Amino acid sequence: MTESIKENSSSISKTNSDPIVEYKNVHKSFGDVEVLKGLDLDIYPGEKVALIGPSGSGKTTIIRMLMTLEQPTSGEIIVDGKNLWHMEKNGKLVPASEHHLREVRGDIGMVFQHFNLFPHMTILQNCMTAPIHVKKEGKETARKRSIEMLEKVGLGDKLDNYPSQLSGGQKQRVAMARALVMRPKIMLFDEVTSALDPELVGEVLEVIRDIAKEGEMAMVLVTHEMDFALEVADRVIFLDDGVIAEQGAPSEVLEESDNERLQQFLYRFRS
Amino acid sequence: MDINWKWDMFFEAFPYILQGLGVTVGLTFACFLFALVFGFVWVFLRRIKFKPVNWLVTWIMEFIRSTPPLIQLFFIYYAWPMVPGIGVSLSSFEAAILGLGIHFSTYIGEVYRSGIEGVDKGQWEASTALNFSTRQKWTKIILPQAIPPTIPMLGNYLIIMFKEVPLASTIGVVGILALAETYGTDNFRMLEAYTIVALIFLVLSYPSAILINKLEKKMNRRFDKKAALQDSKGAVV
Repeated sequence: MTESIKENSSSISKTNSDPIVEYKNVHKSFGDVEVLKGLDLDIYPGEKVALIGPSGSGKTTIIRMLMTLEQPTSGEIIVDGKNLWHMEKNGKLVPASEHHLREVRGDIGMVFQHFNLFPHMTILQNCMTAPIHVKKEGKETARKRSIEMLEKVGLGDKLDNYPSQLSGGQKQRVAMARALVMRPKIMLFDEVTSALDPELVGEVLEVIRDIAKEGEMAMVLVTHEMDFALEVADRVIFLDDGVIAEQGAPSEVLEESDNERLQQFLYRFRS
Repeated sequence: MDINWKWDMFFEAFPYILQGLGVTVGLTFACFLFALVFGFVWVFLRRIKFKPVNWLVTWIMEFIRSTPPLIQLFFIYYAWPMVPGIGVSLSSFEAAILGLGIHFSTYIGEVYRSGIEGVDKGQWEASTALNFSTRQKWTKIILPQAIPPTIPMLGNYLIIMFKEVPLASTIGVVGILALAETYGTDNFRMLEAYTIVALIFLVLSYPSAILINKLEKKMNRRFDKKAALQDSKGAVV
């Protein structure tokens, strides 16, 4: 099973380069509940991966561990060749320090279900603050790049507004601009349309579609938008009960698979 | 019933007692400043995850809050200098700042904590995702959101402290209460002297309380107001 999955994923990757993210036998428990039961997963540079599955299947936990918001119970996560949660000290592997985490997660960005914009800052400040303080960019450069990015997501006229003045869809577009100005190599999307009113979902998906077309950034999307996954993703992964139950090209997984649990899951979305 | 009240003594005592106002108000602000700074120390000490430290800090805070400030003042001023090795002799003003400052810092620390806990967990996560350092998370993202809503509560503590500061007269700080005591005993005019003290406190505390009340209402509308202001600007343009 594991063998076939590995073969599968490497055939899907566009390049023959090394994976940018590797999960190696990762387990994660919350109290007595084991939500991930030995995850092995490689993600390649530029690859677009959609994670689908019933709630509680562990899909959000997968990307939260990569963003260092949750710590794996066991196993390793390798980002661009570097161990994320462990570092070497005197020849031994020890739990990562905050300093080490900051070094390794610098190439990862994330967009959240509930936007998490900074309410005390304007839209422009929301985007500028990390380039200035984290990347130590000059204020003018950061400002220029932030404005460009906000224009790209269609919010060039809202620069001096506060988040509370925006609609959900607009907030989520700001959140994407804020993550993109950091120029991540890997972008994580955690159910970014789930908290939106139905009529606002489209504008957010459109931005993601545009980003995906540019290509060079790896994207991992936890999503319930099956049609969108089919359209944007290079690979769809179906998680069930803490393991990868099915994965492959979107059409294979979403249309041709005979996995019974997957059929049940998809049935609920199509009805 | 005859009340032995003499207006001429009242007007004579008033300017005399008022001389102590600078000390009383100065001590209030000095204590408050000390408590504001030291309050943060409690917040960060309590965030240490190492259990024994956490337990010890919680216990010390509880101890400070459960003993009367008067006894803490006496201890710092009279007893501490007697402790061999670490004993330090302080002036009465310094002892009052330290004693009342530490006592109130435990309350102020709790106010900060409530403010910090009021900040959505997503704010921490977003700042991690943007790779802010721990220090930047606090100074750029969390505290700017956590502290402003607590300003009215902090103001209330300022007024409460102002009313506790006369305790310092027991260790020899010469504020309005100490002067009233002197004037009263020297002239056998206790009624006028203490009435004046009460009046001064009333005149300063009550308007301050109203001011803080207004501030509280203003703070509650803060982000909305900023937004509303811009909306109206936008409408004009």
